Amino acid sequence: MVALNELVIVCLAYVAGLFLVAFLAERAALRGKGGALLRSPLVYTLSLSIYCTAWTFYGAVGYAARSGLEYVTIYLGPSLVMIGWWWGLRRLVRIGRSQRVTSIADLISSRYGKSNSLAIIVTLMAVIGVTPYIALQLQSVVLSLSIFAANGEGGSYNPVSAALWVAAGLALFTVLFGTRNLNVNERHHGVVIAVAVEAIVKLVASLAVGIFVVWSLGGGVEQTLARVDASAIGEWQVQGGRWATLTLLSAAAFVCLPRMFQVMVVENDEERHLQIASWAFPLYLMLMSLFVVPIAVVGLDLMPPGSNPDLFVLSLPLSQGQNGLAMLSFLGGFSSATSMVIVATLALSTMVSNHIVMPIWLSTRHGSAVQSGDVRQVVLLARRLSILLIIALGVLYYRISGGSAALAAIGTISFGGVAQFLPALLGGIFWRGATRSGALCGLGIGFAIWVFTMLLPSFGVGAALSAEIFNQGLWGQSWLRPQALFGISGLDPTVHAVVWSLSLNALAFVAVSIVSFPDPIERLQGAQFVNVLEHSGPARNWTASVAGSEDLMIMAQRILGAPEAQAFFRAEAEAQGITGGLPEPTPAFVQALERELAGSVGAATAHAMVSQIVGGTSVSVQDLLAVADESAQMLEYSNQLEQKSRELTETAAKLRSANEKLTQLSLQKDGFLSQISHELRTPMTSIRSFSEILRDAGKLSEADKTRYASIIHSETLRLTRLLDELLDLSVLENGQVTLRMGQDRLSDIMDRAVTTALAGAGPALAVRRETEAPDIVLHTDIDRLVQVFINLVSNARKYCDAAEPALTIRTSRHAGGLWIDFVDNGSGIDADVQSVIFEKFFRISGEEAEGVGLGLAICQEIMSRLGGQVIYLPIESGTAFRVSLPQSVLVQETGNPGKTAVS
Amino acid sequence: MPARRLFLERRSYRMRRAMDAVRLLPFVGLALWMVPLLWAVPGDGQGAPIPMSSALRYLFGVWVVLILGALGLWWRTGRGAAEDGADDPPRPR
Repeated sequence: MVALNELVIVCLAYVAGLFLVAFLAERAALRGKGGALLRSPLVYTLSLSIYCTAWTFYGAVGYAARSGLEYVTIYLGPSLVMIGWWWGLRRLVRIGRSQRVTSIADLISSRYGKSNSLAIIVTLMAVIGVTPYIALQLQSVVLSLSIFAANGEGGSYNPVSAALWVAAGLALFTVLFGTRNLNVNERHHGVVIAVAVEAIVKLVASLAVGIFVVWSLGGGVEQTLARVDASAIGEWQVQGGRWATLTLLSAAAFVCLPRMFQVMVVENDEERHLQIASWAFPLYLMLMSLFVVPIAVVGLDLMPPGSNPDLFVLSLPLSQGQNGLAMLSFLGGFSSATSMVIVATLALSTMVSNHIVMPIWLSTRHGSAVQSGDVRQVVLLARRLSILLIIALGVLYYRISGGSAALAAIGTISFGGVAQFLPALLGGIFWRGATRSGALCGLGIGFAIWVFTMLLPSFGVGAALSAEIFNQGLWGQSWLRPQALFGISGLDPTVHAVVWSLSLNALAFVAVSIVSFPDPIERLQGAQFVNVLEHSGPARNWTASVAGSEDLMIMAQRILGAPEAQAFFRAEAEAQGITGGLPEPTPAFVQALERELAGSVGAATAHAMVSQIVGGTSVSVQDLLAVADESAQMLEYSNQLEQKSRELTETAAKLRSANEKLTQLSLQKDGFLSQISHELRTPMTSIRSFSEILRDAGKLSEADKTRYASIIHSETLRLTRLLDELLDLSVLENGQVTLRMGQDRLSDIMDRAVTTALAGAGPALAVRRETEAPDIVLHTDIDRLVQVFINLVSNARKYCDAAEPALTIRTSRHAGGLWIDFVDNGSGIDADVQSVIFEKFFRISGEEAEGVGLGLAICQEIMSRLGGQVIYLPIESGTAFRVSLPQSVLVQETGNPGKTAVS
Repeated sequence: MPARRLFLERRSYRMRRAMDAVRLLPFVGLALWMVPLLWAVPGDGQGAPIPMSSALRYLFGVWVVLILGALGLWWRTGRGAAEDGADDPPRPR
């Protein structure tokens, strides 16, 4: 038999070893050593094993002895959650990192607009839900000690004082290693390593007892299984409802338990550890629960009737005289209990100090976040006091409940309490429509139902709730019976409580969220949380125009510690390009600072403290745009599409018009070619026929000869003229022409043109000149201008169909330059051909004149070269052309122009 | 280098299907572990109850299969993702 004193000594040695390991880990972390081990996925997985508490270590066997395989549901849920890491945990870890979340209360409050009221409610619920669990751990340690005490001679064993001693030791450890540093994001290396060591101890202990039972007591796997089938729990006897409900409950609790959140999200170092844990942690759970049924069955067989099945793990080796194994088993149970209490207390104390103590402290000294006094010390003190408070609550609960209830029942009740966070948590990270009001209503209703149907009835009929309430319902309302809400009776009490509390919780959460409207910060945070995987950028919500960098510095020093704060400010200043000074309080900087502070005191408190200095939050236009990110993006996208389609339409129109132009040009070219062939052919034909006559006809009179020869001559002249004009036009069109600039008086130019045009045979034309300023001198290509005038005058001479043809040349000055109008008294040009008279080879139909139809085309080309233009003037009667010359060709001096051609 | 591209595309295709499997695995586990809902329970008169040893073998068998599945998928995706992760821009911490 192991003496109690001996056990206590071993126990103390073990605890001392833990302290040493934790201390070494802290020191190694401080020196930056051992990082590979401290940050390894193995340690992460092992730290997750605080899910396996004393409830697992002792209680699972008792559970199995009472209800068969039902115990395994407690491990199936977490295994599924871990295997499904990609769906939920990945998101949680990413959010926890990008928002620097310190606890589950912090996460929920941060998601719903950094609401402190929500944080306080979640914290209180967590404390109420987890306190029985802590009491359960104390109870298990005390119970296991009592086994040794009963076996040994230690008659002086007092369970209450033992509980106190254990609680004091745990409090000491937690205070020492849990509140060493303030920033939760700097992980608690000592605690994590100690928890990992304890995880190994409890796994080894559990496996050792299991192997001993199966191979030593049971006689091998097959015999043990046969024994299992033959035992009282040898048949499947789990109700389907309980099976599904408990699996769901354990899955929910795995995510929502504050201590699990602490190790899984807050202490997570790398996201990829999650995927490694997705197989490693189920493996751990499977190994922990593998030997539970054999131990229970063999225990039921071998132990005297009436012995507590919760302690078979311990009492079975003891009864077989395996003292060493019993000792190991005790240490396993002790490890399970202590690691759970340490981490749970740490997580809860963070929540209590950040969300309850600090806001109260801040409000009592309101407006004084910059005044003297070390906030850092206040936070640490608050946290230490919170730890003591929570452990004291656990002891108190243990004393009140008397430590009689079965371990499993307490565990389930605790799970039911924390599972109430699930709707608000999942809604918060997957649904942008979730609002603070919805979360408050859901949590409140779920928690109230949990207290009424699960927590209070657990004390027994007549303890917290009277027998009358059990039978008649609250206030005599029969639909308010704690185990038959709404008159639906006959359900298993656990299923009843879980189904009603979770479903009404979720219903209230969703319904109120749908009808309520979130405030801007809430919407902003909602977008950040739900879209965390798309962009992990920080939220911006400060307009720090009045924030003094010095005030922020003073406050940051007192929370982060002077060197850390100075380093942070220096880095920020450098990032802003400022050397040797404080950074500008830009919104980005204040945001980063708030995030940094949130790592120490929680998001809501950090927000409150910064807002005291900065002077209030506001949401900028950019933030609202970020909230409306999706719609903005869609709008932009549709704008882009619209613009593109507009561009395409424009391009298509351009292409169409270009195509039309090309078609027209092609037609023009064809027309031009056929015209020119025709024009060339006509004189050639007459030249050929008359030259044939001259050649073949021998007897021709001299007069005929002369006549024919002169026809040939004139046709040749016509051909030459045609080719000359074509050449001229082509030169003009190609822009190869060189202008021979010169100066001359307009009246002289006009004289030359009229004289030339009227020379030679042809109809008579009376030319009348009206001019405002006869002395105008032009500086331009005089010969080309004369050519234009000649053309216009001779056109009038050729085509004017009046009885007494007369041409009026009117010169007038104008702001834009000089206008010279050529107006005859003929019948004018038909409106439908006015637009084509400047085309090549156009001739007024029916006219038998000698022109080839290039004259006006050439005129137009020349005028555009000279900077002016020639247009057809649609007037009442007669044909009118206007030649306009720009101002620049006018020479102002009027005296002695002279013909000084400059070439 | 078309051959090289083909190889890469094939690999990323495999990677995506492996990620599909990662997503699917918890649902497979849920379905398999909810099979006991169909088992007969003493007292409801629906055939012989399942012996405890069979129930143990089934539940722990599913557990092992799921663990091996998750392990295999980590082997395929996690390590590959870690290699690709070197190209990712650093996340704000």
